Amino acid sequence: MRDFQTSGGLLRALHPATLTRWLVSGPPTAFMLLFFLAPSLIMVLASFRFPGAFGGLAPLIGAGRAGEDTGLTLENYQFFFSDWLYAEIFVKSLVVALVSTLTCLVMAYPLALLIARSPKRHRDLMVLLVILPFASNFLIRVYALMILLGPQQALASAVNGLLALFGVAPVNLLFSTFAVIVGMVYVHLPFMVLPLYTNLEKHDPSLLDAAQDLGANGWQRFWRVTFPLSLPGIFSGSALVFIPVLGMFAIPDLLGGTRDILIGNLIKDQFLGTRDWPFGSMLSIMLTLVVLGLAGFAARLGRRDRNEET
Amino acid sequence: MALLEIRNVVRRFADFTAVDGVSLQVEAGEFFTLLGPSGCGKTTLLRMIAGFDAPDEGELLLDGQSLRGIPPEHRPIHTVFQSYALFPHLTVAENVAFPLRMAKVAPDDIRRRVQDALEAVHLSEKQRHLPHELSGGQKQRVALARGLVNRPRLLLLDEPLGALDAKLREEMQMELINLQKNVGITFVFVTHSQAEALALSHRIAVMNRGHVEQLDEPSRLYSFPRNRFVADFIGKINMLEAAVLRSTAEALVLDVAGVGEVWAPALPAVAAGQRGMFAVRPEQVRIQSGEVAPAGVGHNQVHGRVLDFLYIGDVTTYLVELANGTRLEALLPNTAPGRAKFFEADDPVTLTWSSQVGVFLDA
Repeated sequence: MRDFQTSGGLLRALHPATLTRWLVSGPPTAFMLLFFLAPSLIMVLASFRFPGAFGGLAPLIGAGRAGEDTGLTLENYQFFFSDWLYAEIFVKSLVVALVSTLTCLVMAYPLALLIARSPKRHRDLMVLLVILPFASNFLIRVYALMILLGPQQALASAVNGLLALFGVAPVNLLFSTFAVIVGMVYVHLPFMVLPLYTNLEKHDPSLLDAAQDLGANGWQRFWRVTFPLSLPGIFSGSALVFIPVLGMFAIPDLLGGTRDILIGNLIKDQFLGTRDWPFGSMLSIMLTLVVLGLAGFAARLGRRDRNEET
Repeated sequence: MALLEIRNVVRRFADFTAVDGVSLQVEAGEFFTLLGPSGCGKTTLLRMIAGFDAPDEGELLLDGQSLRGIPPEHRPIHTVFQSYALFPHLTVAENVAFPLRMAKVAPDDIRRRVQDALEAVHLSEKQRHLPHELSGGQKQRVALARGLVNRPRLLLLDEPLGALDAKLREEMQMELINLQKNVGITFVFVTHSQAEALALSHRIAVMNRGHVEQLDEPSRLYSFPRNRFVADFIGKINMLEAAVLRSTAEALVLDVAGVGEVWAPALPAVAAGQRGMFAVRPEQVRIQSGEVAPAGVGHNQVHGRVLDFLYIGDVTTYLVELANGTRLEALLPNTAPGRAKFFEADDPVTLTWSSQVGVFLDA
């Protein structure tokens, strides 16, 4: 009998449903463990180490080259908190990310609403148009923006001509925080439109009829029905824009001025410029903590809202 | 003056006319029903009353004032939608408060009136719940409370019981009747279910292909259908082709196909020679065992055999085939003690019905 029981356990493990579950979830789990979790752990460890004399990392155990510290240290973190410069870059990056996200939201919402309320047969084409920019390389599109915003171009001339009317000195559109935000919004707009559209498209149109029937005008129908129901779409769209913008380095590099260094540039420089991997790892971890903190805060805010309503 | 007056309303869509010249009046305090099969125009008519659609011709008047050009949000008319259309992000109390907020009622008043409305539908203890936490019947009640809380002149109900199971539907019917009586608000109810219409309404407009076929009280619609469509749509009925033999002040004598001479209640407008249909309800046809001797002139009587029967519990419907192949249905209440059934298939039976029942339909 005991034999049967043990083989019963084995049979259960080899049961088709169990087997299918492992076969389906196995590969992605393995991939994530290997290529996401492992590098993250390596990075955490690297943030507590010393830089190697010629870049990379100093050895963890044993002697390094001459004048090289080895082993573990809190020095990277101490250095971060010793200078306001880094906090300032973090705050500036957060502001740029926030402004970019809000601009995306304000621009994407009417567009998503328009697509969601169009006849079904037109929607697919409109969605295709929204994602069409992805068909060309992102860097090429940013270079195109450089040309468009360039000092001798029609746009800059028009803006400066207008400013001159009010006696304001001409400005440079390119290489400014303005250009950085334009680039961020341009590149990330589809990431805001798509989740919003997916949400808005699912709304039951009879809810708007009911609201109108019960006395709500167009403005009230939007703010009391459509908007609150679209909050999940707003949250996911905002996360999809805010987080990548926070870490983006190519756009500030190309469109920003010398004062437009953001976290992304700072981190990139640690790996490709100063070759201080431990400091770069520490910065990455700080960035991750900030993002997680904000996400947690947003989730808590959402929960409190819910509780107050009920 | 009628509360709602519909005057020669026509509504055409690209390829068909949904409402084709409907005129009717709904009185204040009435439970009025638009009854008809799907596609008969009842929902289009309801949407025009609510203001979501406008007539191509004709006029809708509320308290004698034309509703033309007045959008739904400015009409003192609320709708209970078939899908309930409760706001999923608002609690039961907030849903019910919605029309009051839109009407800018003072917060203290809102609180009190929401409580009253929820009490009226027995849902006070659910006020902090979200719609998805409620059962179908409870959602229905929230929708009713939300529609009634601001005391509209007219409450429109679009097949509101359609999504409920049979037992719950019967319960809700009772509640609807009581609710309407207690609040005194005029209801216009749309349904395709004749049983629902008969049970609930003060008056029913039977609609078909954009027309009103007959507008009457439930008992009159059932007993005196004006034409074939109404007779067929409301309840079960035996219908046979017939020609008028004699028409007098006392009776109508018909030659009914497959049955022979039938005496029916007099109809002043009918003349000898006219062709049409003779209709008689199964519960008006008496079924007896064996061949009963003829009772004389004016007593309608035929012989046949039980072809089939449908046992429902309280009653049994027998399908009887006459010698010439004509089929008639007769209903028998299962009231005799100690007996479950009266007749079996193939039993010889006699069907009789009074000359005071049945109706001749010329259209």
